[in-house]
Amino acid sequence: MAAPIAIHLEFGGGAELLFDGVKEHHVTLPSQSEPWDVKQLLVWIQQNLLKERPELFVQGDSVRPGILVLINDADWELMGELDYQLQDQDNVVFISTLHGG
Amino acid sequence: MATEHQKPATQQQQQAGVSSFTLVIYEQENFQGRCHELTGPSNNLQEAGVEKVGSILVLCGPGAKKPGNLQTQRLAMPVLCSSCAEKRAALKRPKTGHSLCKDCFFWAFEEEVHQTIVAAKLFKHGEIVGIAASGGKDSTVLAHVMKLLNERYDYGLELMLLSVDEGITGYRDDSLETVKRNQQQYELPLKIVSYEELYGWTMDAIVKQVGLKNNCTFCGVFRRQALDRGAIMLKVDKICTGHNADDVAETVLMNVLRGDIARLRRCTAISTSSEGDGVVPRCKPLKYAYEKEIVLYAYFKKLDYFSTECIYSPNAYRGYARTFLKDLESVRPSSIIDVIHSGENLSVRDGVKMPVQGTCNRCGYISSQALCKSCVLLEGLNRGLPKLGIGKHHRLHGKILSQQPLTEKEERKLKAVDF
Repeated sequence: MAAPIAIHLEFGGGAELLFDGVKEHHVTLPSQSEPWDVKQLLVWIQQNLLKERPELFVQGDSVRPGILVLINDADWELMGELDYQLQDQDNVVFISTLHGG
Repeated sequence: MATEHQKPATQQQQQAGVSSFTLVIYEQENFQGRCHELTGPSNNLQEAGVEKVGSILVLCGPGAKKPGNLQTQRLAMPVLCSSCAEKRAALKRPKTGHSLCKDCFFWAFEEEVHQTIVAAKLFKHGEIVGIAASGGKDSTVLAHVMKLLNERYDYGLELMLLSVDEGITGYRDDSLETVKRNQQQYELPLKIVSYEELYGWTMDAIVKQVGLKNNCTFCGVFRRQALDRGAIMLKVDKICTGHNADDVAETVLMNVLRGDIARLRRCTAISTSSEGDGVVPRCKPLKYAYEKEIVLYAYFKKLDYFSTECIYSPNAYRGYARTFLKDLESVRPSSIIDVIHSGENLSVRDGVKMPVQGTCNRCGYISSQALCKSCVLLEGLNRGLPKLGIGKHHRLHGKILSQQPLTEKEERKLKAVDF
């Protein structure tokens, strides 16, 4: 069993509008048999935090193209993307690039 | 193997020196794809099954030989910057695939914009340049980088911020607050021109009359002219806008999809020459900058920008082109620059009919018709016939110019349908 982990989530660039305008969320992911990865985190966010228009945030089992993901301040493309295993106190940021310029 | 962990440090080091090095070769960069482990010399990599080398990981010390450990090592191992090879990489660049740390990324991003400016000779020493500022990510990054490069490379430009207030409550009024903060942060003069002062109509009032169907047409046409009018009031020589690579690629696609050959031909141009009186030359210094990099630049630099969707709904057609392009980018990041490349290298066959640019008989602005789009839209609003400027009603231009009344049949067609 993997112990519950506390992580910090941040939504920006307009993505926060899908979360009642709230940018920062401190959340605890419950204990489960497998370690938490980003793919499971996306499902958890969709079930527990996302307030509206899920199609603007997720597409298939990943984020919608055009939403950038940073894990501990680094592009998730350097971290294994969906396969990255979350650690306690990790910081995950979602920034939409899809809003006006 | 498990006991190795408990051995004193000195012994571990000795061991590492002797035998516990593992070289892991990945076929893809950033330690992705098929991997091969080598623990000793190999005089023929192909025989060892290695066909392609994208990245190499060197593991040493205890656990280096434990294959079970590789997965966690790979994920926990920070990728180093491919430029300075010192700091941890912060992003993978979509254009080049390079992994860079924040500082090397800032430098590369700024230098590329500088190269774009120099290669296209966008500015001359001593010019006054208006930066079209909306408070959004692109124009905020543009203002920041223009100010920085102007100082770093002594362009000798006088920079100003130029904003348009469309009169959209709850959207533009908020974003203009961001522009006002930028003005103070960057210490640049700011001029705001409003639709209300230029046309006598705010977008709020226009939407009340025309509804949510064609409102983006009014806004787009009015904005183009509003920027020119503001630029003339400020006496600027040039306007630069925050259009990025994604925007340009989207526009190429949209013009292909709409069969708009005239716009397709000119939409990839990095700058417009002065097309006549009342039109200030424009340029796009961020033309080759990916949206991803602009957003990350703003995020890592903690720039203050505004990001909310316009309350009068985004342009639906552009939305489709955008989603399509983003989907392509996620499969092949170079798609964006490739679409721009295609657009730049298209040439239109001789004999294809192009509209002839003239000037508007009423306001003197460039127009391919007797009246410019902006005057026709305005006339429609003022006469209570908002559809006058939507679609093709060129044959009515004569009547409008001579202020003749329209027939009942003509009027009926141009009235707003019930929304």
